[in-house]
Amino acid sequence: MEQLLSVLIGALVAASVYLMLARSLLRFLFGLILLSNAANLTIFVAGRLTPGAPPLVPDGLDAPAGVVANALPQALVLTAIVIGFGLFAFALILAFRAYQSLGTLNTDEMRVAEPEDPKS
Amino acid sequence: MSWYLSLPLIIPFTTAIIAYLLRASPAGRWVSVAGSGLGLAASIVLMALVLDEGVVAAQMGQWAAPFGITLVADLLSAVMVLITAITGFAVAIYAMGDVTEAQERLGYHGLFQVLLAGVTGAFLTGDLFNLYVWFEVMLIASFGLLVLMGGREQVDGGVKYVALNLISTIFFLMGIGLLYGLTGTLNFADLALKVEGVENQGLLTVVAMMFMVAFGVKAAVFPLFFWLPAAYHTPSFSVSAVFAGLLTKVGVYALIRCFTLVFDHDIAFTHTILLWVACLTMVVGVLGAAAQSDFRKILSFHIISQIGYMILGLALMTPLAIVGAVFYLVHHIIVKANLFLIAGVAKRLTGGTEVYQIGGLYKYAPFLGVLFLIPAFSLAGFPPLSGFWAKYIIVKATLDIEMWFVAFIALAVGLMTIYSMTKIWAEAFWKNHPDGVEPRLSGLQNKWAQLLPIGGLAALTIFIGINPEPFVQFAEASAAQLLDPTDYITTVLGETP
Repeated sequence: MEQLLSVLIGALVAASVYLMLARSLLRFLFGLILLSNAANLTIFVAGRLTPGAPPLVPDGLDAPAGVVANALPQALVLTAIVIGFGLFAFALILAFRAYQSLGTLNTDEMRVAEPEDPKS
Repeated sequence: MSWYLSLPLIIPFTTAIIAYLLRASPAGRWVSVAGSGLGLAASIVLMALVLDEGVVAAQMGQWAAPFGITLVADLLSAVMVLITAITGFAVAIYAMGDVTEAQERLGYHGLFQVLLAGVTGAFLTGDLFNLYVWFEVMLIASFGLLVLMGGREQVDGGVKYVALNLISTIFFLMGIGLLYGLTGTLNFADLALKVEGVENQGLLTVVAMMFMVAFGVKAAVFPLFFWLPAAYHTPSFSVSAVFAGLLTKVGVYALIRCFTLVFDHDIAFTHTILLWVACLTMVVGVLGAAAQSDFRKILSFHIISQIGYMILGLALMTPLAIVGAVFYLVHHIIVKANLFLIAGVAKRLTGGTEVYQIGGLYKYAPFLGVLFLIPAFSLAGFPPLSGFWAKYIIVKATLDIEMWFVAFIALAVGLMTIYSMTKIWAEAFWKNHPDGVEPRLSGLQNKWAQLLPIGGLAALTIFIGINPEPFVQFAEASAAQLLDPTDYITTVLGETP
């Protein structure tokens, strides 16, 4: 299972790098969301996988009996998903505004803040 | 007294909420100033507490370390919190003469306070994942400030700033995941103990490199700095001052924290890379500045070259070099924020920031000329200003271990810094304005709101410059704590390891 997820993470990173190398800002953002999902999966796998063992404490005990899933990485991933979602929403709106005011999503043409000839 | 650690965080967040609710009324800006003042008082008390008791730690929600979230202040954290509060207070006052009412109505002061809280949190946290969360708080607030009421230029700079910072964030997150997989903990103090027991030390170095890239983007080191000169000259002047002063320095702080406390297992490899990065950052930054002709773009590239000095101090990893890095951090934040504030006054007086198209400041506003010369000379390293001591310690540290070439680079970059400061001086201050404008300070609206913080920060530069002894001693104590983290670890974990 770990190996399978590792391959999946690799594939996600490869796809996201391909997308992020594109000139279009929108493609870049799609790449970014893939990459952030790859990061989330990395944390998930790094916490070790224990299928079918929810971290629940049985009645009358203070700690779970036997080996259960590690709940901490899941809490981390949850936090990361929420934060990533917020940032991505902002980035999308920014891209939309950029298209509205600059008239392009091609990053090569975005030279307003750094004009090639500063004196003009 | 450990509850006290959360005060420098609670104050800016509370201020942010009140300032946001009052954003439509003029009271909002006073709330921001008052909140920043309170924050400054709280961080002074924190500083006194740390000086008095040594490292202070607090466990949030009574969850003992390493399981809960720890807030911890050693000397480095305390001084960074203090300097953040000083800068925040100065910029909050300056904003009264700089930020437009339209920006205020959109919630400028609220975002500004959230930014301060994010920066402070990053300095105070003792937990790697929590550091990530503070980075995000800081980042989203800075995104907002950057494009607030923005036109084409701001959106253009914002796109690059947002894109590259998000990539660095994801690198950071992946590094956290892998490090957790290797060690099973994310608490700095616990990590410092556990990394020694990791079987696969090679993999640990790989993870260390991921953190170096992630923090390197934040700190704007070579070759990861391109977002900085793309964005820092676009927002309002108070925003770019607080960015220039604080944001990159959070990256430097994170590098110093991680590469003294956690990743010190293979110094020969990691710190050699840092050494190269530091030298190239210094040189490329200062050459970039020489090619620019916009007031703020020149200053932006200087941030990069100055970051090189701090990384150099970390890379050498000798006690004196770390002293230099800490001293440099403190000096740089004050000076750099001040120069951006001055650029704002210059723009309002002369109508532009392109130095070839403005002028006459020395003739008609000599007081501003004096105020500019203090941080400019300090940045270049003239005695008796604070920058001289910072550079002196760093260069002495390189000479002590006989790295002649590195010392030469550091000195040569200092010389190049004077060159571009001279360019600003000759063009913006000395020559007459090409359009015959007479830039007099009396024509400035809200004059004192803008000049007081500039004067205050300049006075601080001079004070550190002519009275460096206590500051150097403080930096020495701080470096000793960084190089021997026993106090830090025992305070956080509450037991002798």
